[in-house]
Formats: sequence, C-alpha cells, structure tokens
Amino acid sequence: MNESGRKLLEVKGLTMDFGGLRAVDSVSLTVHEGEIAALIGPNGAGKTTFFNCVTGIYVPTKGDILLHPQGEQTRRLNGLKPNQVTEMGLARTFQNIRLFGGMTVLENVMIGRHCRTSSGIFRSILRGSRVREEEQQIVEDSYYWLNKVGLEKYVNEFARNLPYGAQRRLEIARAMATDPLLLLLDEPAAGMNPYETSALEVLIRRISEEEKIAILLIEHDMKLVMKISHPIYVMEYGKKIAQGSPQDVRNNPRVIEAYLGEEVEA
Amino acid sequence: MKIILRDFKKSLLISLWFMFLTFPLVVVRVNTIENVVVWRWSNLIWVAAGSFFLSYLWRYMLARRNRRRKIAEEGVETRGRLQMLLENEQLRNRVLAILLALALVFPLVFDTYQTNIMVTALIFVVLGLGLNIGVGLAGLLDLGYVAFFGLGAYCYAILNHNFDLGFWFVLPIGGMIGCLFGVILGFPILRLRGDYLAIVTLGFGMLFRVIMENWETLSSGPSGIANIDRPGLFGLEMTLAQSTTYIYYIMVALVVLTIIVTNRLKNSRIGRAWIALREDEVACVAMGIDMGRTKLSAYALGAFWAGMVGVIFAAKTTFINPASFTFMESAIILSIVVLGGMGSILGVILGAFILILLPEYLRAFAEYRMLIFGAAMVLMMIFRPQGLISGLRQVYTYKGHKTHVGVKEQPINE
Repeated sequence: MNESGRKLLEVKGLTMDFGGLRAVDSVSLTVHEGEIAALIGPNGAGKTTFFNCVTGIYVPTKGDILLHPQGEQTRRLNGLKPNQVTEMGLARTFQNIRLFGGMTVLENVMIGRHCRTSSGIFRSILRGSRVREEEQQIVEDSYYWLNKVGLEKYVNEFARNLPYGAQRRLEIARAMATDPLLLLLDEPAAGMNPYETSALEVLIRRISEEEKIAILLIEHDMKLVMKISHPIYVMEYGKKIAQGSPQDVRNNPRVIEAYLGEEVEA
Repeated sequence: MKIILRDFKKSLLISLWFMFLTFPLVVVRVNTIENVVVWRWSNLIWVAAGSFFLSYLWRYMLARRNRRRKIAEEGVETRGRLQMLLENEQLRNRVLAILLALALVFPLVFDTYQTNIMVTALIFVVLGLGLNIGVGLAGLLDLGYVAFFGLGAYCYAILNHNFDLGFWFVLPIGGMIGCLFGVILGFPILRLRGDYLAIVTLGFGMLFRVIMENWETLSSGPSGIANIDRPGLFGLEMTLAQSTTYIYYIMVALVVLTIIVTNRLKNSRIGRAWIALREDEVACVAMGIDMGRTKLSAYALGAFWAGMVGVIFAAKTTFINPASFTFMESAIILSIVVLGGMGSILGVILGAFILILLPEYLRAFAEYRMLIFGAAMVLMMIFRPQGLISGLRQVYTYKGHKTHVGVKEQPINE
C-alpha cells in the first residue's frame, strides 16, 4: 500500500472491440510496486476482457500496456503471446478455475516453473546431472509455494480432487511459481464461503508483504476489496468511471449508482 | 442383499423376455420336406441361461462402476490393487527385468512363425508409444499417424533400391524424415483443436497413400517395391529363420530404447508441458509455455518413432505397397493408445499386445474378428473409458534443504 512506489504496470487508453461491440473503452490504470490494486464493476463491465488484453489472450484494438521492471527497460506488452507476457513477469489466475486436473498438485505448480527453467528435449532424454539438478530445484521451489499457500498435505493428490477453496489457492501457487512481478487475480474469492474468503485475504496480504510483488485483482466481494486493496478502479459498460482509495470509491455517487447501490448505506 | 435380489428378478424377467422373443426363431423349426414341426426345446434353455447370465453380469458391473464413482466423488482415494502395485517402483523394476528376460529367450523357445508374430506386435508397441506422445500426452488427436510409418518404410525401400544404402544407415534417416514431416505437418495445424485437428491429420494419412499409389516413378505405384534388403550383420549370410530372430532382437532393442526415451521425456519439463497442454490449453499458455514449440515437439517426436519403425517394417517384410498403410492401421494404433490408457506407457504396451496378438491367435474366429473388436471397444468405453491403465501419478521426493532462490523459508500458520 505504498503510494510513493515506482510505477510497475501502466495501461493507457486500452480499447478492445469485438466486431461492433466495444467491450473496453479507453481504460487507463496504473499499478505501483508493492500495492494491491483492485478492479471492480458490475457483471459484464469488461473487467475480465481487460485482464485478457493485459495478459495477451486478446490483442487490444488500441492503447498501450507498458511494464516497467526495476532496473530494466520499459516493455510494451501489446501483441505479445500470453506465454511471453508471463515470461515478462505477469502471472494470472482464472475466474473459472483452470487447473490441470489430471496432474498432481505438485506438478501443477511445477508447470509454473517451466518458463524459468531451460532443459530441452535432448538434455531431458540424456538426463545429465544438470537436468537432474534443475528438476530437483523445480520440485523444491514448487514445494515452497505449496507450503506458502498451505497445500502441502495434498502434494500427490490429483488437482481435480481438491476442494474448491484449495483449488483457488493452488491456482495462486501455480501463478506465483512463475516468479512474477505482478500477480493478476481474476475473482479469487468467487464461490468461496466467508471462512475461505478470510483465509484468502490473509494469503493475499502475506504474498504481497513477503514477496514484495504487486497484485491486481478483479473482485466481486466488496468487503474483501475494501479491506485489502488501495487504489480501486471501477468500470461500467467498458468505461472507467472512478478510481481512488476505498473511501473515495465508496462515496463516489457514480459508483453507488452503478454498482454498490444500497449496499453502502447498509 | 436387497439389490442383489432385485437384480436377480430383473435378470430373470429379461431372460423370460428373450425366451419369448427368440422362441419362433430358435425353437420352432418347420421341416418342409417331411411336413413336420420340430421343437428344439434345448435351445430355449441355452437362450435362457445365456441371457440371464449376461444380464446379471451387466447389472453387476454397472453397479460396481457406480459404487466406485460414488466413492470417487466423496474424495476418498480410489486406487485399484494393480495401480498400487504399479506405483511401487521396486516391484515394478523387478517385473520389468523378468519381462525383458522372457523377451530375450522368446525366439529360442518358439519357432519362426511365433517370432514373426511377435515382431509385428513389437512394431505396434513402438508405433503405439510414438502416437502416445502426441495423443496420450499432448492430447493432439492424430488419425493419420500411419503416414509417418509409411514414410519410414518407403524411405528405406527407395534408398535401398536406388542407392543401395544399408539398413543401419537408413534407420536414423527414416526417423529423421518422419520427424521432418511431423514438423512440416505440424505448422499448419498448430491452431487447430479436437475435431478439426483429427480431420486434417486424417487427410494427411489419406494423402500419403494416394501419392504413393500414383507417383509411379518414385514408388512403383500400387504394385509396391519388392526385394528390399533385410538388415545386415557385418555381411553375414543368414537364413530366413536367423534373419527373423535378428530382426526380433533389433525390435526388442528398439522397444527398450523407446520405453526409456518416452519415459524420460514424460517425466521431464517437456513432458509436463505436453500433459499441461492436454489438460488445458489456455491455462498452459498463461503459465508461460510456448504452445507452438510444445505442439511441434510432440508431433515431431511422435513421428520420429513411426519413421524409424517403418524402416524396420520394410526390412522385415522385404516388400511394401501402399495397401499396408491404410486408415485401418491408423485406427488400430489409435485404439492401442485408447485401450491401453492415454499417456500410460505400460498401458500402451499392454494394448498393443492385446490388439495385435489376440486376432493372430483367434484366427478360428476370423469372421467375427471385427464384431468382437467393436463389442470390446464399446464395453471398454462403458466400463473403463480411461483405458486399461491410467491415473498413475508421478511422485517427486522433496529433500527440503534447498529453498526458493532469495526467499526465506517461513513456517505456515493459519
């Protein structure tokens, strides 16, 4: 929550058209290092489309997506493939959980290490000492993340057999294993019960504090968003209608009208 | 107990129904010459017993499957005894050693005919393992796999005929050619998924045969290429029986090599990327895996084995023509992978032996072969859609002394 931090992700005038439909209309947004930013808005506001543009699943019609890694040149992410975006340091989770169900929990996290390791086909066939060392390191790193999200007891379980809340946490662990600069969470609390949500809140805070990375989350759970995120961006019908601290957003009449309704009064 | 009684009653009813249905056909017979009606009551008993038994078995199996599914939904570990056995590494290695020893003495015990059948089975084992990389691990349905097999075979046949190149020289070339065409075919189909991919690969399989049938100058057309050299061993003269044994050992070696290589790949960074691609393409790409490269490598490596074993096939039969590389072969190889269990090496080997050896030894039922084959497949899809062997998990050991780069290990408390 430090506002004085350096800019990390800068999105300028992002626009996304699907045929005649403008799903995202010149939205600008900045995430600074170390902060937990949130993007909220009613259903169909274009939040997930925005996410998909940033992570390379869609190529935006207009606008710039700039990443400013510390000590390195600014990079433009438009038009990069999703895997290249991930390599640059943006990792994401999905609104509808997308785990590798037929792989074990550990293997799911190990996939996250893929883009930070390098063994090729021939070296994998020969399986020399370097490959074995790298493999072991992948296992250790993956265990580290499983421990962090509290899933170590499920290591050898198939991912599809996990309870719902655990699957969400596994997605976070898998994304974190890619060593990101910025973690993008697409509705991480969707479908969770209050107990799981509060555990998630603790987890997000801990990741932000211990790993010193920035987090951008899309969320419906207003309580969670108001508690943990500092700059909040609000979207409606593809446009950004407000931004600022939880307090500002809560009192913004347009936001109340568009989204929060009476909930804020209550 | 109640359920069993209920099933018993239902099966009884079904058998009565079948008795009624088949009565005019199997019991009554009008002898038109002597104008008498023959009542064959014994047939009725057979129908009754058979339908009762089958229906009861069917009900029992269905109930068992449902029970298992219910247990699985409750999240309790459901691992069969076989699966536990396979996950025990020590035991598995011992079994593998015994199997290898059996494979080595096989031609000494059995005659040339048996060895020949075994060579065919081993060829399909390698083909199955190769296709398993694409279909089983990476989830890329390939209905034209036999084309790569044919490419390897024609590669040896043509090079041997025109340039007099030897078997051992062409063997790696065959693999490389397969690999090359795998990449060439791979490029245009990178964006395709599921059904569309299947159609394009099916087309490629067909294309290969059509080209080989019509490009007379290269492949001598439908009449094929004959008198291909058998594999040589330092210029030794070999009788047919010796040569068969020799090819058998070459095949055993190739099978072992394939198993080692595919096993290592499966448990490597590359193999995990393939499996992730199969499980969820979008998530896989979002986790930083280059989809194009991963798909191409799966295709190329799968095609490599087909090309290589194609060379051996040509050397074994000494005669090839396009009729050996039809869609039927592709379908059989695919069935091997599906029957054995997608992605499971042991399953594929088992599948190959079942699908190749059973028809050989069931020649007595040759007429019903496709019928039995079809029925077996339908039953498989109902009772074990995941294949004979599946769901084995790779377990990694955690040493715990190295920690994440640059971050302190923290105790968890929640």
